[in-house]
Amino acid sequence: METLLQQIINGIVLGAVYALVALGYTMVYGILGLINFAHGEVVMVGAMVTLAVIKLLAGTGLPLVVQLLIGLAVSIPACMALGAGIERVAYRPLRNAPRLAPLITAIGVSIILQYLVVLVWGRTYHPYPELLPTTPFDLAGARISPAQVAIIFFSALVMAGLLWLVHHTRLGRAMRATAENPVVARLMGVNVNHVVTMTFAIGSALGAVAGVLVSINYSVAHYQMGFILGLKAFTAAVLGGIGNLGGAMVGGLLLGLIEALGSGYVGDLTGGLFGSNYRDVFAFLVLIVVLIFRPSGLLGERVAERA
Amino acid sequence: MKFLPVLLSAAAALVLSSCGKQETTSSSDTVKIGMAAPLTGSQSHIGQDIKNGTLLGVEDLNAQGIEIGGKKVKFELVAEDDEANPAKATTVAQKLVDAKVVAVVGHFNSGASIPASKVYADAGIPQISPGSTNPRYTQQGYATTFRVVANDDQQGPACASYAVNNLKVKTVAIIDDSTSYGQGLATAFENAVKAAGVEVVAHEHTTDKDTDFAAILTNVKGKRPDLLFFGGIDTQGGPMVKQMKALGITAKFMGGDGIQTPNLLALAGDAADGVIASIPGLPKDKMPGGVAFLDKFKKRFNADVELFAPMGYDAVFVLAEAMKRAGSTESAKILAELKKTDYKGVIGPIQFDDKGDLKNGPITINLVQGGKWQPVDTVVPTTAAVK
Amino acid sequence: MGQPGKNIMIQINKKPWWGVVLVAVALAVLPFITGAAFGPAWVRVLDFALLYVLLSLGLNIVVGYAGLLDLGYVAFYAVGAYLYALASSPHLIQNFPAIAALFPAGLHGPIWLLLPAGALLAGVFGVLLGAPTLRLRGDYLAIVTLGFGEIVRIFMNNLYRPVNITNGAQGITQIDGIHIGSLALDRTQNILGLAVPSLHLYYYLFLALVLLIIVVSVRLEDSRIGRAWVAIREDEVAAKACGINTRNVKLLAFAMGASFGGVAGGLFAGFQQFVSPESFQLIDSIMILAMVVLGGMGHIPGVILGSLLLTGLPELFRYSATPVQQMLFGKVLIDPETLRMLLFGLTLVVVMLYRPAGLWPEKRRSRELEQKRGEAA
Repeated sequence: METLLQQIINGIVLGAVYALVALGYTMVYGILGLINFAHGEVVMVGAMVTLAVIKLLAGTGLPLVVQLLIGLAVSIPACMALGAGIERVAYRPLRNAPRLAPLITAIGVSIILQYLVVLVWGRTYHPYPELLPTTPFDLAGARISPAQVAIIFFSALVMAGLLWLVHHTRLGRAMRATAENPVVARLMGVNVNHVVTMTFAIGSALGAVAGVLVSINYSVAHYQMGFILGLKAFTAAVLGGIGNLGGAMVGGLLLGLIEALGSGYVGDLTGGLFGSNYRDVFAFLVLIVVLIFRPSGLLGERVAERA
Repeated sequence: MKFLPVLLSAAAALVLSSCGKQETTSSSDTVKIGMAAPLTGSQSHIGQDIKNGTLLGVEDLNAQGIEIGGKKVKFELVAEDDEANPAKATTVAQKLVDAKVVAVVGHFNSGASIPASKVYADAGIPQISPGSTNPRYTQQGYATTFRVVANDDQQGPACASYAVNNLKVKTVAIIDDSTSYGQGLATAFENAVKAAGVEVVAHEHTTDKDTDFAAILTNVKGKRPDLLFFGGIDTQGGPMVKQMKALGITAKFMGGDGIQTPNLLALAGDAADGVIASIPGLPKDKMPGGVAFLDKFKKRFNADVELFAPMGYDAVFVLAEAMKRAGSTESAKILAELKKTDYKGVIGPIQFDDKGDLKNGPITINLVQGGKWQPVDTVVPTTAAVK
Repeated sequence: MGQPGKNIMIQINKKPWWGVVLVAVALAVLPFITGAAFGPAWVRVLDFALLYVLLSLGLNIVVGYAGLLDLGYVAFYAVGAYLYALASSPHLIQNFPAIAALFPAGLHGPIWLLLPAGALLAGVFGVLLGAPTLRLRGDYLAIVTLGFGEIVRIFMNNLYRPVNITNGAQGITQIDGIHIGSLALDRTQNILGLAVPSLHLYYYLFLALVLLIIVVSVRLEDSRIGRAWVAIREDEVAAKACGINTRNVKLLAFAMGASFGGVAGGLFAGFQQFVSPESFQLIDSIMILAMVVLGGMGHIPGVILGSLLLTGLPELFRYSATPVQQMLFGKVLIDPETLRMLLFGLTLVVVMLYRPAGLWPEKRRSRELEQKRGEAA
């Protein structure tokens, strides 16, 4: 029972991380119908910039939480600029190009970002400082750390904030209009380019925070951390129905739980034949089965809610 | 379509210019030693470390001023990136052969060393791997394959022997990182402890790209083993130790030479205390050049040794010694002398058996105490057959 | 419906006979010239480039003709490679006494059997992938195919316990080199008094298969099936309305594309004499896709150009990163490996920005694109 509870907590924490990153993919996809493959790298840059700032502040004796906030105050705007910049340089000129062209530029941008980070911070795996308290809370024998609580709390907060933004602000209305039909939206006086830039900026800001939270939780950051994280988050977004905010959340949590429970229990159930080495197989099989029955993801058909 | 011819001719010009350059730099008194390892991609920190180790070796040799066959020679390192990719490995191997290197230090991944070994064998060039632990690397029937690292079948049983005889564990859980190194080491360890009657309560798997181990560690926790053995390297090992402590797992943590690094200490922080790891060779402070090497490396590259730099460094010296004895820089003659190697290196005494593996040298067991690696025991694999 | 395939055939036919002879002679002596001018390493690059041409022509059928985005193509390459590896190495004999008893002389599958078998098996895998994904479109298909590629790799990586089928991450060693009859391609051979190195022999074999697959591709493009694929790519609903059996035609695209990958895989295993899951990662699928898109989707010469460029460029950067820096700055400022990757990323971005339809696109496609731009402006 204790183990099961712990695995569920593991799954929810992992899922919240995926969801947070998946929001970045899904927002962009909802508006432009484009997979922003470089989003994982933005997440990585967020973690690395924050780390660099904290290292600069190391001697000042400021409380760790303050250092963290200062780090975020630098990395969030940096990532917003980066995300918007990527859109401007690598995607906007290709808006009318064949669908796969921006996919290739995205891969190019990913490679460039990774190796720029290598130039500045090297290839090593950097230990990430413990910026949040580490004493875990006890939950009926299972443990959850403050960093993990922060991840879950922040994901929920962001989700609520985004839903509010999309449904109750001028920008949100412009976003929905653009997602529905960019040409008509422009005729109605929506500045489409501005909306797209803002979407990238907001998604990147979330990505930066996600990168920092992930790095604190796993206490490590490195130049390739964005790739796998981005891939999983993208899978989560598709599972939930890409382009749908709620879908990203549902998909992320579901993927996290499948991974945790899959690697936790399938090994024992099959007598060790399929153990944790097949974790990603379980995840992708669930994805395939879901897509067979719901070809546009779990929540994909509610187009009205697209961000 | 004007763009294309311009691009192509520019490309051709680049090839010509770079090839022309190579011809001019080779002079008769320069001896080229090849080096190949992953210098880009997810294992590039390890590859760069090997490159630095071999580079330091070459620089030290040149500073000493080596004479071979009565002639003063200058060594030059030709470093190539195999991207940890089997196909690229054969391409860069060919490139090293073309560049007329007399011997090669490389590759790191067994999956790169093995396909590349055919290229070197065809050219008759000796190859010393500083990091490939797959036993099959030296079992292909090539006379040119050597390694200065214990293979899985040497290190796994040594760890098992320490776990059974000294730690007296009754139950173990195993995690591997699904790589050639991790799978091989974990399997060798598993077979050895099972033979000694220890119960393996769980064998979990992660990958060399993961940082989240919560699910598999929770599973391990439920099985309450005495010891958790990890087949993998420090980049996963460090965060894993930390997450293990956070989950409240009290089992001891043990691994092979892949985690016996300063980087593990940095990544695991306070949680590192009590971690056990084996490394081929005698303890560094008992070796003549051990501590001096670490200092020298730090001074030269402003970085700590990650993992296999000492192996790369030693491999260069093993080659130079063979050349001295042969009085020649011809690959065939080096090869003949290489088999007779008896060298005291940074990693310990180096002798090769008939296949090119390290002769069963001692394997040191290290323990983290007070944030530092401390040698606690030395196991000699031949006598270490688990009781 | 334009008929790009026909255009090529006409172009080839229009050329004077000596043009064809010239091209043939150039291709025949290319490895010797390359080897003499730049060293055998470049002949090896050439060999790999041809393998990648095979792969990207296969993917071109799925992505370029039928418009089905496939991010797991390398799985079929893996299937072909592992089939060849298992059928011509001592691995199975060592692990399964029953197989050893069946083949006392060891397993040495002949190439004329293994390549078609690899193509067939990969084709079956193609259908396996295609069947559950028929209803999916665009990016949903991309993620499922990506998952499929990973699933195949994970199985290769883990089928070593409880029974050892693939030897896991350690890979399969001691694979036979390719033999054609009594001609062993893995060593230098004396042909008509001329010493032909192993790398050159492989070059000719790969070239022969590339030519064969080009012919197959051109014929397909110009056939009923090829036109059906293009119809599905342009508008699936309309294609269906026109009486095309979209299900069968899509499955056929997956199967055909996959079988080319299976052939390339078998050649790879015989050429390398070693296979391990490291060769079949997601990044490899992405690279093959990049070759197709960068060159010009659906256009055979473009796809070939794309794969030659993307296999050649990294090697070129590898050779020139250090000397060029020394030439420009007098010293090495940026570590050459990092510079190489930066330049590679930059190439992808710049080429796509300036030629969004690829370097050498189908005429009809580039025309459409110009029209679209005209409308947008």
